Amino acid sequence: MIEVLRAGALTTVQDQGRPGWAHLGVPRSGALDPAALRLANRLVGNPEHAAGLEITLTGCALRFSRAVTVALTGAEVDLLVEHPAGAGRPGDLGRPLSLPAGATLRIGPARAGVRTWLAVSGGIAVEPVLGSRATDTLSGLGPPPLRDGDRLPLGAPTGPPAPVDLTAAPALPAVLRLALRPGPRQDWFTPAALDLLLTTAYAISPASNRVGVRLAGAILPRAVAGELPSEGLVLGAVQVPPNGQPLVFLADHPTTGGYPVIGVVEDVTPLAQARPGTTVTFHGPQR
Amino acid sequence: MRIRPVGAHALLLDCGGPEQVEAWRAELWRRRAAGELSAVEIVPAAATVLLDGVPDPATAAARIAGWTPAGVAASSGTAEVRVPTVYDGADLPAVAEHWGVDAPAVVERLRRTEFRVAFCGFAPGFAYLTGLPAELAVPRLATPRTRVPAGSVALAGPYAGIYPTASPGGWLLVGRTDLVLFDVHADPPARLSPGTRVRLVSP
Repeated sequence: MIEVLRAGALTTVQDQGRPGWAHLGVPRSGALDPAALRLANRLVGNPEHAAGLEITLTGCALRFSRAVTVALTGAEVDLLVEHPAGAGRPGDLGRPLSLPAGATLRIGPARAGVRTWLAVSGGIAVEPVLGSRATDTLSGLGPPPLRDGDRLPLGAPTGPPAPVDLTAAPALPAVLRLALRPGPRQDWFTPAALDLLLTTAYAISPASNRVGVRLAGAILPRAVAGELPSEGLVLGAVQVPPNGQPLVFLADHPTTGGYPVIGVVEDVTPLAQARPGTTVTFHGPQR
Repeated sequence: MRIRPVGAHALLLDCGGPEQVEAWRAELWRRRAAGELSAVEIVPAAATVLLDGVPDPATAAARIAGWTPAGVAASSGTAEVRVPTVYDGADLPAVAEHWGVDAPAVVERLRRTEFRVAFCGFAPGFAYLTGLPAELAVPRLATPRTRVPAGSVALAGPYAGIYPTASPGGWLLVGRTDLVLFDVHADPPARLSPGTRVRLVSP
């Protein structure tokens, strides 16, 4: 059992999501950086698909009723492990940490980046919904975001922690360079629009979340007026609403959308750590 | 039909109209079940079918281009879902005005129409139902309602739809049903999945 002492701004249960239901309007959801959560799971001896926590920006505090191994990956945070007796000691990201029964883990605010993933031995055993325990902030499927005082059930550990001392955390670049494949609707835009997208810098807007990252920068002019009939969306789709400011869809994206998609970002995981104001540039896949 | 690449792992089939979408949707689901196509998602929409999670999109696109979908009639053997509908929606008078008839004529028309689920979207289990002729398309509310109750039967554009859960919404409300449309414990979880034939009958 995990007791949530402080839930923080947005802490959600996440796993590898619920793909395969888009035809019924069910978003994929899952950790915004699935590889980071898989790594944390491997560090504590879990199967990669086990559910953990995605912790956003302000950290959280958790008490564990039984002895557990935890591991955290993602944004740089300070960790403090408090034993039931009260003595605290700092912990590191990227390695298994063994906690005695009754210990409290205090996860500080992100010093850089936005999101940290926590895996715990046995995984978080909330009831799966359509094959996944992920919180989908768009559709409301899965458990609600954590609140102070919540209690989360833990599963039985299935394997020993990984025998590693430390894993290398990827550095957070000051400017995100994202590979983009044009289409499927670049013909709804003027030729200048794709040039603007590939040659000018955009800034991450504060109105970004698990559904998508909104960008501020050059307006992408349309060649075709009118409405596009709703069509299926993929992870990383760069949709351009009528204001001409692009939006990159992340894990909780809707399954269909009615604005044209000018291109698709190959790997959206760096966006999981991009704070508002961060500069983003796009380049073609060949460069 | 035109096939457009979408990123590195997806294809978008531009099918034209809803009839061709339904024909391709049924064909692609059948081919996937037969092991002739690998895709994590096959998502029909208004005029397109998206294939996502395709291991080798270029090869898949070449194969799909060689296929001819069976007509919609081939998939019409699917069961019909009868949705018991109480026609007391707040926007019945507005729909009647758009259609140039009175409210009872709107209800009669909706009762007699054989609908089909063209696609799902907007929310889990929200089905876009086709079956009304294009000339009966109605506009959305200029200002969407902040809360439309679950089970609301509504019209927008050429579609009818039923809200599976309470949500904001701009569709014109014509009635309501007690039928549960989305249940995560049911198999399949959505009562109305693409291709399903639907009638909005009196309770």
